[in-house]
Amino acid sequence: MTKFHMNRRTLIKKAGLGAAALSTPYFFTKGAWADSFCNNPDTVGKIIFGFNVPQTGSYAEEGLEQLSGYKLAIKHLNGEGDGGLLNTFSPKTLKGNGVLGRKVEYVTGDTQTNTDAARDGARRMIERDGVIMVTGCVTTGEAVAQQSLCQEMGVIYMSGLTHGNETTGKDKRRYGFRHYFNAHQTGIAIAPILEREYGKERRAYHITADYNWGWSQEASMKAATEALGWETVAAIRTPLGLGDFSQYLTPVAHSGADILIINHYGHDMVNSLPQAVQFGLRERMANDKQFEIIVPMFSELMAVGAGDAVKGIIGTQNWNWQLDDAGSQAFTKSYGEEYGVPPSQSAHTGYVQALLYADAVERAGTFYPPEVIKALEGFEFDGMGNGPTLYRAEDHQCMKEVLVVRGNENPSSRFDVLNLIGKTPREEATYDPSIFEGELGPYEPNQC
Amino acid sequence: MTAMLAQLLNGLDKGGAYALIALGLTLVFGTLGVVNFAHGALFMLGCFCAVTFRYLITIETVTVDPTKLTPWGSPVEVRTPLVQNWFGDFGAVMVDYSVPISLILAVPTMLAIGIAMERGLIKHFYKRTHAEQILVTFGLAIVLQEVVKAFFGANPYPQPIPTDLRSAADIGILLGLEPRTLTYPWWRIIYLAFSLFVIGGVFAFLQFTTFGMVVRAGMADRETVGLMGIDIDRRFTIVFGLAAVVAGVAGVMYTPLLPPNYHLGMDFLVLSFVVVVVGGMGSLPGAVVAGFLLGILQSIASMTEIKSLIPGIDQVIIYLVAVIILLVLPRGLMGRRGVMES
Amino acid sequence: MFSLSRKDLTSLVVLAAIVLTMPIWLAPFGAAYPGLMQKFAIYAIFAVGFNILFGLTGYLSFGHAAFVGIGSYTAVWSFKLLTMDILPAMIFAVIISGLFALVIGYFCLRRTGIYFSILTLAFAQMCYSLAYSVLTPLTNGETGLLLAGNDPRYIDKMFGVTYGSGLPTPTFLGTTLGGYGGFYLTAIVLIVIFFISQKIFASPFGMALRGIKSNQTRMMYTGFNTKPYTLAAFVVSGMIAGLAGALLSVTDPLAGTERMRWTESGNVVLMTILGGVGTLFGPIVGAWLIKYFENIFSAINSNMLNNFFSFLPDGIQSLMVTVTSKFVGEGWHLTLGLMFVLIVVFLPGGLVEGAKRVAARFDRKKPRTGPAPAPQPAE
Repeated sequence: MTKFHMNRRTLIKKAGLGAAALSTPYFFTKGAWADSFCNNPDTVGKIIFGFNVPQTGSYAEEGLEQLSGYKLAIKHLNGEGDGGLLNTFSPKTLKGNGVLGRKVEYVTGDTQTNTDAARDGARRMIERDGVIMVTGCVTTGEAVAQQSLCQEMGVIYMSGLTHGNETTGKDKRRYGFRHYFNAHQTGIAIAPILEREYGKERRAYHITADYNWGWSQEASMKAATEALGWETVAAIRTPLGLGDFSQYLTPVAHSGADILIINHYGHDMVNSLPQAVQFGLRERMANDKQFEIIVPMFSELMAVGAGDAVKGIIGTQNWNWQLDDAGSQAFTKSYGEEYGVPPSQSAHTGYVQALLYADAVERAGTFYPPEVIKALEGFEFDGMGNGPTLYRAEDHQCMKEVLVVRGNENPSSRFDVLNLIGKTPREEATYDPSIFEGELGPYEPNQC
Repeated sequence: MTAMLAQLLNGLDKGGAYALIALGLTLVFGTLGVVNFAHGALFMLGCFCAVTFRYLITIETVTVDPTKLTPWGSPVEVRTPLVQNWFGDFGAVMVDYSVPISLILAVPTMLAIGIAMERGLIKHFYKRTHAEQILVTFGLAIVLQEVVKAFFGANPYPQPIPTDLRSAADIGILLGLEPRTLTYPWWRIIYLAFSLFVIGGVFAFLQFTTFGMVVRAGMADRETVGLMGIDIDRRFTIVFGLAAVVAGVAGVMYTPLLPPNYHLGMDFLVLSFVVVVVGGMGSLPGAVVAGFLLGILQSIASMTEIKSLIPGIDQVIIYLVAVIILLVLPRGLMGRRGVMES
Repeated sequence: MFSLSRKDLTSLVVLAAIVLTMPIWLAPFGAAYPGLMQKFAIYAIFAVGFNILFGLTGYLSFGHAAFVGIGSYTAVWSFKLLTMDILPAMIFAVIISGLFALVIGYFCLRRTGIYFSILTLAFAQMCYSLAYSVLTPLTNGETGLLLAGNDPRYIDKMFGVTYGSGLPTPTFLGTTLGGYGGFYLTAIVLIVIFFISQKIFASPFGMALRGIKSNQTRMMYTGFNTKPYTLAAFVVSGMIAGLAGALLSVTDPLAGTERMRWTESGNVVLMTILGGVGTLFGPIVGAWLIKYFENIFSAINSNMLNNFFSFLPDGIQSLMVTVTSKFVGEGWHLTLGLMFVLIVVFLPGGLVEGAKRVAARFDRKKPRTGPAPAPQPAE
């Protein structure tokens, strides 16, 4: 029993300390409420970025790559390393001396590829760690969950790898920004290459992941291919995370189709593409044409996961380290020196987003979110590896060129599994933002 | 008609996999009375036996070529695979057939892992509540998968099918149909045959050997067997090892169909439990029948014709069937009274 | 009706004190921020409710996350259609999840043991799969159900309540909750639920449930119809799970499908077993421990470790950082798994039960102060 008393005594002591510690920041925020904003670095005392990516669960690898990109961005922002894209970024405002002359720090979190965990992580960063900006995700679910939270809290969210139309469509938010491209742009971008490679008379069979992203990808691909004159034979929906998709692949050979479009992402695609190839589809002749498979959306890690099956398959990408512009080369060089491997598009989009935020603060001259948002909206920049790019004001979607890639037939290492076969210019990948409903919301946050 | 036939074949193929994965789980239930949430992890470890074996036989010597540089400025590495250097063509064949050959590595490894698990941990939980068995085996499963993640990372490792078996078999010709009307991948047919072989092997082992007889007696009444002076504990250790081997080889052969990652075990855990319970707790034939039944029904429910009648049926079919069977038959298809009911 | 035994009253007061002072005593652990404290309270509610079923009757449900999900969706729909006030949201969530629990429980309770577990799992997985795909118009699938600016909110409109620009936030009788407000709301609900659980544990109903746990057949032979009792326990725990789900949406107006996945059902099972099945405090302790790991351990990165070990010489510092980094950040699952194994091996019955045993052992070792009972002569 004496033990218990001891505990209680220490507890009371700690309680006193804790209360004192707690009341201090409370006092400050209350006093500064009127003319300040959530996690003002002047009151927090530091500039902290929050990197919230999946580190466990099935998308851990993409998440950890993204985190590597973010860490590199922090180094370059603080003037360590070779400066990376700071040297090629134009217009040039970042000087490599931190943001507004102060060093940047960061905290990390694990989203577990789960919307609840993602929001928990973002809340911890905002409420406990005092971050001025949250960034990172690997799925659209995580992106939408975090950016709606950040809108409520009044903290800017720079999304990571999210390809669904919702992020800058139906669920767009004033405080959320996306550099990555989306399902709709994939459809627009891939169509001309498909026409060039496979002609105008094709019969397509869609296999689609049965959730929001799959549906929007399927709709975009249908619209784009039907505009070419292709016919859609069937579109079948598959449960997410099924593993073995053979029951949906079995009928494809007998359907009269000569193209299979796999609207799957991540592990669904890693599983279904090799399975489709095993069904002998690509050795088949159908309607006197060679049977082909298309995977609209690719990532390097997915391509590595799918192995040999990816050879010769066409898809789209946001960025590829083999690009030869100055920005891409600078990034590949500094990332390769840091980690010994070339960067993936997940690392690239994370790195670029961190830089774009820092740059917007630098240009706005303040961390006050509404001003930073205005600095990002309609911002025209270049030298980040995607050619001239516009952060569109209407929906906070980056307008830039889209890459079309094909699985390398003879990869020399696990890093050149994808070959660049075309770029769809920015003018063609630009679309009317009003085709998606949803509204951005106000500049002023309603709570912190 | 051919579409229906193909779909049935697919159902058999899926069913074989389900039955094989569930077999080890029900073996452990029936004999040891342990709810093993680490069974999925054993399946995953089996997959990584194949990955490890392939890694070992494709080890390369790396020499640095200082004249060429990568885009980030470090010298290009030139790689020569060792096995091919040593064994020539035979080495190349070995690399090509790495998945089936890795069974040689997987069987002893999984047996050792299984025995170590039983001796080290599971043994102490025979008399504990099912709740505690769940907690400890689930904890173990997490530890195992995290260890694999620490070594292999989180991205999947695709395993190739041997070149000769990559194409699809023309099943239609056997049935007197036109060529290329009914085809099915060779490897899936091999997996079906393999699972039937392993299932048959386990049954024969339990049915026709003295060891199996003792184990079956132990399943029926463990105490009496113990009273007769038979060291049932030692045999049960071996049964657990056997279950681990079955899960492991099921994993090895599954790798070409599903590029394994460290998380794979968790994805198969729920499914294998559903199969086992639908079959009836502790019933080996039940698990096999339930595996095939669920496989075929899932395959048929995925057909466009059925899906357009009942939207979303393919999403829930397995669980729907499980609910119906358990409500109609109190102990699943072939469950015995009193097993895991308290 | 509100009376409690002296022992129960003490534990209620202790719990209330512990919960309400969380912002103070959690500060040294880096967990004293509203977001996490709300989660602590909500998942404790969930686990306490789950324990009423599992701890008292022994029926192990593997599908309770479905009720959390249903509660969340109901609450968000109440925000969207009716009003931003939280009371209707919570009431509707409890009613709807109770109805679902009634139907699901009616079928599942026809079986016992693992057959019951798999039936609940099957129902929950069906809810999850359908919510993710076919029911997307109702649930918004993967991206989760969110509030929108153009939601009708009929009741609010009727009374002319407006929320200015931007999205509205949930209110309690006209006042906005905010972070700490949300925490105190959930904390008070937790105390109320704990009180209810105490009442149930001490009531004849609770006794009957315990009787069912120890031997259902014997209960039935004595002419006791067990079915209504187990069903009542199932529905009560389902309603509490629904309430927890509603609170998730009240403190953070979003309802995601992943809340219904089997891993979430498994989580509450683990929380309850980890803390101690059938004990009053056990589920709460288990819930806090798992949520703490999930939120705090997962956020530790090598930078923080470097700072933490900075007092050590360089070589040892980097060694310590390399070793410990395997167990935190991306490796936090490993720590969790190891903890499960160690606790269940060394503290059978869970943390609370195990702590009691350890305490009892220490007590026994102490020399007894009172006179030893005199041996009774055998006559």
